Amino acid sequence: MTGKLPGPSPDERQRPAGRRNEQGIRIDPEVEAEHEPRRAVLSALVEHRPGVLADVSGLFSRRQFNIESLTVGTTTDEDRARMTIVIEEPEPGIEQAKKQLQKLIPVVDVRELEPDAVQRELVILKLNGDEPDKVQAITEMYDGDTLDAGPRTITVEITGDEQKIDDAIDAYAQFGIREVVRTGYASLSRGEQPTAAVNEDGTPKQVTADDD
Amino acid sequence: MSEGAQTPHADEVESEAEGGPPTEPEGESHVEPVETGADAVVAALKNAGAEYLFGVQGGAIMPVYDALYSESDLNHVTMAHEQGAAHAADAFGIVSGDPGVCMATSGPGATNLVTGLADASMDSDPLIALTGQVPTNFVGNDAFQETDTIGVTAPITKFNYFSSSPDEVGDDVGTAFALADEGRQGPTLVDLPKDVTQGETTREPTKPKTPDTYNPPEEADEDAVEAAADCLMDAEKPVILAGGGVIKGEAWHELYDFATEYEIPVITTMPGIGAFPEDHELSLEMAGMHGTGYANMAITMTDCLLGIGTRFDDRLTGGLDSFAPDAEVIHVDIDPAEISKNVEADYPLLGDASEVIDQLDDAMTRAPKAEEWREQCQTWKDEYPLDYEMPEDRPLKPQYIVEQFDEATDDDAIVTTGVGQHQMWACQYWTYMEPRTWVSSHGLGTMGYGVPASIGAKLAEPDKEVVSFEGDGSFLMTSQELTVAVRENLDITIVVLNNEAIGMVRQWQDGFYGGRHMASQYPWIPEFDKLAEAYGARGWRLEDQENVEETIQEAIEYDGPSVVDVLIDPEENVYPMVPSGGDNGQFALSEDMLDDI
Ligand SMILES: Cc1ncc(C[n+]2csc(CCOP(=O)(O)OP(=O)(O)O)c2C)c(N)n1
Ligand SMILES: [Mg+2]
Repeated sequence: MTGKLPGPSPDERQRPAGRRNEQGIRIDPEVEAEHEPRRAVLSALVEHRPGVLADVSGLFSRRQFNIESLTVGTTTDEDRARMTIVIEEPEPGIEQAKKQLQKLIPVVDVRELEPDAVQRELVILKLNGDEPDKVQAITEMYDGDTLDAGPRTITVEITGDEQKIDDAIDAYAQFGIREVVRTGYASLSRGEQPTAAVNEDGTPKQVTADDD
Repeated sequence: MSEGAQTPHADEVESEAEGGPPTEPEGESHVEPVETGADAVVAALKNAGAEYLFGVQGGAIMPVYDALYSESDLNHVTMAHEQGAAHAADAFGIVSGDPGVCMATSGPGATNLVTGLADASMDSDPLIALTGQVPTNFVGNDAFQETDTIGVTAPITKFNYFSSSPDEVGDDVGTAFALADEGRQGPTLVDLPKDVTQGETTREPTKPKTPDTYNPPEEADEDAVEAAADCLMDAEKPVILAGGGVIKGEAWHELYDFATEYEIPVITTMPGIGAFPEDHELSLEMAGMHGTGYANMAITMTDCLLGIGTRFDDRLTGGLDSFAPDAEVIHVDIDPAEISKNVEADYPLLGDASEVIDQLDDAMTRAPKAEEWREQCQTWKDEYPLDYEMPEDRPLKPQYIVEQFDEATDDDAIVTTGVGQHQMWACQYWTYMEPRTWVSSHGLGTMGYGVPASIGAKLAEPDKEVVSFEGDGSFLMTSQELTVAVRENLDITIVVLNNEAIGMVRQWQDGFYGGRHMASQYPWIPEFDKLAEAYGARGWRLEDQENVEETIQEAIEYDGPSVVDVLIDPEENVYPMVPSGGDNGQFALSEDMLDDI
């Protein structure tokens, strides 16, 4: 057996021409593209049974996906529930999140919704009740409802997209907001486009058709 | 057991008293009707074709064990520790290709399985765990031996399920079994509350099947295949990276035919070891942190990398910016989530490994012009051979011991390992010729894997030799499983490459922590040969060159578990080495070269 071997000194070995960035993406060094985080709305049709919400939320936390909101509720099919998940990630992270979600066995189908999808969030605000008339005016302006009114507090609800809700909260701020709760987005795609759906045989639906 | 009208248990007690296990007339398999949830669990295991169960008894799982009492088609192996049960079942799965089964009671039994499940999850090993659970009406009340097993194991299983009715428990087990096996394999778990297994049912479980919504891809998109084939045909420096998926997907014949027909060099990942015969001239063996210099040069310089069933783990890639920087990557995988997870795929081919290799083969109209490249790979083989210095007499070199065992055993002998330097020497210095002969803990790096794994491996392939390379530290973690090997009279050979240290840590301390040996030396270790004898195995000790060959021969010939405690050079380190996150093209061949990186 021989002794120690000479290793390849870095400058002696041939250098390949290309390059990858730290995400393993092959890049043109001249025009290195950085992926900016963007916001994606994912809709997941899942089995309606205990533990599925924990599976989904656990997946997002352990894989460090940045989750903005998650809503879940039943559908017309008692065996299925629908989740709307809003994440903010660079492109590769969004792809991973979709694939990892789809990989969970109780997750039947996952779609990312188009920006034009129908999206609604509900906010409930508990305000100081000193100026009921002004509160009422703002509630009307935002198409909201008064849910509870008493001598000291007024509770209102507003439904809308995120921008509208942010604006409404700003508008109410002058009265003093005691408490606020937002549901996060619930969302469906527009028109004939299915949101996340399955065929009779359980395979994800590919064609445009109605779902539930 | 006779098929008489007696109650099974009365009958059993008798035959036990006579000193023998119940026997069954040969060739006749009798089917007991299902009366309880536990019977349904047992019936489901039989339906699925399970042969062995590895486990430890306990309160919450007792109904299932009771249902096994009169069962002759399922052999239960009582392990010393549930971690051992999980690893033995895991190795059974790796070697046989079918899910191994482990069982444990609730609480500590289930938590002791956790390491084994995490290990199986990282390596996509087919494994099913059945855990007892406190009765449903106690769940959530912190009952005796209650642990939220579903919660604890969710991140480390492919699927887990809390079974809630005696009528369905058999099908739940069947589904878990099918899911462990189909698509990308992995561990599954069914939690079995005692009231469910004890509850009455007459429902026979149906044939194990995956849910309708589970549809792993089979064939890759034809256009993508065409494009990938073009890329491969035009390549000047093509290389195949065969991962564990080639073995899990039983695609080794297709790989061999493809690589040899188009003369493309083959590198393996660590779990891919055995996917391609290492003595073949196209084989460059393993790449990565402790891969061969030639594999690491090839993977750095290639212009077209065909990765099959690999997840591009960081121990393989090193720093991503220096990984195959110039390569177009064709990635074949059954799991869409692996595509572009770590390394962006230019040609993602989703599907079953053997199907997709066949598709690629159909799409190829010529071999790439890669003669120069193959010559270059050969040159690297000559330039950077695996090598070590060998003194006349002592200290013994671990690499030499691995080579000697390889010499003394058949080509299809199975190797299992612990984790550490010895594992790397076992990778490097043994020539793997066949799939399913390399059984190790890759992704999780679990010390203590080797001894229980050799039990599972031997039971899966009783006619093959099984050699387990252990470190002293790894051996100490699960050596108690030797009691099982003795009881079951398993002919396995355990080789402790004893450096009186947790050597891999010591090596990193030498390289990266100024040689400060904090908590990495074991001056208190027992004599493992004597420990083996105390367990009822045979033990030998090797300190110098003199008796190496005969001792190895004796240990292999001994019909039962044997332990060879080999005192190796405590200074020996593993090279080549690419430091964590480093550039595969800049590997150190010795410690002083680490400083240059
Ligand atoms: C369960 C577990 N604990 C700790 C580690 C960290 N670790 C990695 S290698 C190693 C040393 C292993 O020592 P030994 O089994 O004697 O093998 P050697 O490196 O000396 O060959 C340790 C502690 C691990 N991989 N697994
Ligand atoms: Mg050691």
